[in-house]
Amino acid sequence: MSLADTSTFTGRLDDLGVAVSAGPPAECAAMVEAAAGEPAVGVPLDRSGPAAFADSPATLPERIETEPTTADLRGAHTGVTAASLGVAEYGSVALEADAAGTEPVSLFVDRHVVVLREADLVPDMPDAFEWLGPRARDESVDVVFATGPSATADMGGLVHGAHGPKEVHVVLLREDDPGEGER
Amino acid sequence: MSSDADPGAGTEDARPAEAPGDLDREAKADRIRELLATEGDAVAANTRGFNEGRYESTARLDGYEALKDEARAIKEDAIERLPALIDEVTETVEANGGTVYLADDAADANRYIREVAAERGAERAVKSKSMTSEEIEVNDALADDGVEVVETDLGEWVLQLAEEEPSHIVAPAIHKSREAIAELFAERFDPDDPPETAEELTMFARERLGELIEDADLGMTGANFVAADSGTMLLVTSEGNARKTVTATDTHVAVAGVEKLVPTVEDFSPFVELIGRSGTGQDVTSYISTLTPPVDSPVPDFAADEGPLADGSESDREFHLVLIDNGRLAMRDDETLRETLYCIRCSACSNACGNFQSVGGHAFGGETYSGGIATGWEAGIEGLDTAAEFNDLCTGCSRCVPACPVGIDIPWINTAVRDRINRGEADPSQLDWAFEELVPDEEPGGLDLGTRLVGNYATLAKWGHKTAPLANRLADVGPLRAVAERVAGIDRRRDLPAFARESLVEWFEARGGPAVPADEATREAVVYPDTATNYVDVARGKATVRALEALGVRVLVPDLPGSGRPPLSQGMVATAEAAAEDVYAGLAPHLDAGRDVVVIEPSDLATFRREYERFLPTDSHERLAAASYDAMEYVFGLLENGADPAALRAPSEGTGPVASGRRIAYHPHCQARTVEVGEYATATFERLGYDVLVSDTECCGMAGSFGYKTDYYELSVDVGEPLVEQFGDTDRTVVAPGTSCTEQLDALLEASPLHPIEVIAPRE
Ligand code: SF4
Repeated sequence: MSLADTSTFTGRLDDLGVAVSAGPPAECAAMVEAAAGEPAVGVPLDRSGPAAFADSPATLPERIETEPTTADLRGAHTGVTAASLGVAEYGSVALEADAAGTEPVSLFVDRHVVVLREADLVPDMPDAFEWLGPRARDESVDVVFATGPSATADMGGLVHGAHGPKEVHVVLLREDDPGEGER
Repeated sequence: MSSDADPGAGTEDARPAEAPGDLDREAKADRIRELLATEGDAVAANTRGFNEGRYESTARLDGYEALKDEARAIKEDAIERLPALIDEVTETVEANGGTVYLADDAADANRYIREVAAERGAERAVKSKSMTSEEIEVNDALADDGVEVVETDLGEWVLQLAEEEPSHIVAPAIHKSREAIAELFAERFDPDDPPETAEELTMFARERLGELIEDADLGMTGANFVAADSGTMLLVTSEGNARKTVTATDTHVAVAGVEKLVPTVEDFSPFVELIGRSGTGQDVTSYISTLTPPVDSPVPDFAADEGPLADGSESDREFHLVLIDNGRLAMRDDETLRETLYCIRCSACSNACGNFQSVGGHAFGGETYSGGIATGWEAGIEGLDTAAEFNDLCTGCSRCVPACPVGIDIPWINTAVRDRINRGEADPSQLDWAFEELVPDEEPGGLDLGTRLVGNYATLAKWGHKTAPLANRLADVGPLRAVAERVAGIDRRRDLPAFARESLVEWFEARGGPAVPADEATREAVVYPDTATNYVDVARGKATVRALEALGVRVLVPDLPGSGRPPLSQGMVATAEAAAEDVYAGLAPHLDAGRDVVVIEPSDLATFRREYERFLPTDSHERLAAASYDAMEYVFGLLENGADPAALRAPSEGTGPVASGRRIAYHPHCQARTVEVGEYATATFERLGYDVLVSDTECCGMAGSFGYKTDYYELSVDVGEPLVEQFGDTDRTVVAPGTSCTEQLDALLEASPLHPIEVIAPRE
């Protein structure tokens, strides 16, 4: 993946008012720790997003409740999940519905913290749909491309958080990043 | 001009007994007046904002036109293969564990949905906004069974509380102000601390709806698209309510018209990029859900909320895709209505429409759909009667054509449906014999007189010119205007064009034909004597001849028939087609001789380039379209090819209207912009040293004969409002190439606009 995609992606997120932390996978827990409010629920990284997280040093901080009850979900301020793909041109992240609850955890909260590997960025929409097509046909996946927070203009002005999260924070994991942390 | 005149003045003396058409017209005018007063401002602000957003967002998109072509090709192919796609999606959805039901009509769909709700013991259904479920009125059907139905889209919920109909296909509550919503919430819920700001109102709704969603049993959504190859559906929202509707309930019923099918998931891609940009100017909406249901998420049990969210057991989710025909498969076999099925409900056509911007979907809509494309939908789904109620509001200005991401010629659908209405609903007892001589058309007897009169404008104008100045004097006489208003619906507040005693063709002959000898000419051109130029505004015709001759062109002005634009605007398709054939027959010898055709009236140029495609053999149409030029486009081309700009009039010279300086306020014609010739006047003016301010309104609202009609007079004036805002107190010279725009600008600004060519042509 070219660097240009990353800067296009982070530029778009900036336009959308989405905060970004970038760093190596080993710093994932620290970046999530800083981004997540209290209380926070999440889906373990190896059960949300691409299978590649299974052998990644990336983890979530201890305080994230990764086996939430429905009450935990209802009471949570932040939800942390992985994304399977990012679309640079639009600043979109692809969230995959799964039995572990990535969809409700990313939706029924005020702040959604998304963990995404830089390696999973694609340049544009046609790339995203080429990725999705075979998986939809073979695995019946359910994917939402989320771009910024939930929004409505129905009540006489633009407001975030109509039904879904009011804020989104993307934690971008770079394989060869020496670890400069927050950007 | 007399727009401020008392509309009731002078009515008593000359008002004969009410004719039935009269009552209809009055009721319609009243309704429009009421909507202009109550909803007009909110609708205008929102739709114009969306439209502006579309221009900005699509301009940022590389390859916008290519993406539109791709989207169109996918829809053409999908509709062509529709029956096979229905079979395919049935297989894929069932293989995934869902069910597909192909419903013939609304009743059939509702019966099925009620059965599903009953089987699942549903007490409350939550719904994410869906036009198709509006179409079948499923809420009422479920309510009859005691199932509570809650709309979760914030705008739709507001309308549900207020018991109102949507006024826009994407933003259903744009006609409601923040204050009105605050009042509604205060009244319905009587909260301790009534919400007021947009933020407070949104959070109030989010909380209320959140509770209702948590306890719901059934989730209903529409689908923007469904991929046949995998059974995946695409849902586009910004609020997240569709996601919650699907996730929080264990039974998902998706309702979609059969036309939503596309072959593959990859086909979603161009639509995802086009839909938000076309509608509201968002590059992409917040959430693009691609679901291959039943979805994998656990069903949160909010009633027993101490249990784990994901308990590892297989959820017992159920999915039903209800595909609705309801007239669509018949539309597929209907040459005219077929294109309607390509529509992706983006609302660009509504937002780009001058009339819609003024009155919104409550005037410009049928039972479900609104805006320009609503005529096609309502004609196909509900029938001609429903479509007829608002079909007239399409003036054929064509600004929706470049806006539509799938390239639907919406005005043509409106024209063709109007033709069917004309033919189907004509009342043969009408006494139109008196007009037979004036209306030598190809239409069936009994057609509304106003329609026929306007549709035969070319004949009328010729007659008026022959009998001028008597005709002009008669046109101003009060009692006669009253009769014209009563019989033909021509509003007496409008000035009528005065006919010239010497037509352009007569003048040209009298001066001895072409002034530039053939052996000295750079090119040869026919100046097309359109009806307005030939019989009414001869000055702009003469100016065109002078300008072209000054640039070395040998000009001819042969006697040629009218283009067919007026009958087209009245839905008189056969008459328009006959006109096209006559015009082509008249021009063919000139095309054979290698002459160019220069057109002064932009709507006639647009007719040659766009509508004639439907009336002439392909070769003939292409030949004429390629040889025809807008007058200013032609001048620009001559200058580009080395003609001397010094032969034209520069801004510093002269006295009279142009002497006020080099500053021009230019209103390009709506149809000229659609055929992309609007900017040549600007370019030519600038090249000659003028300073040009271009109007940014879509259409002035006069739109040919539209603004003359009593029922639409106020609307026409309201549509022209942005022009008044922009040009209202300008000291610039106002120019406009369209005859009807000229009438409107004259009425609104008292500006007596010139055609651009009159400004730059050398003096007589
Ligand atoms: S006709 Fe075209 S512009 Fe209008 S809603 Fe349909 S797709 Fe959009």
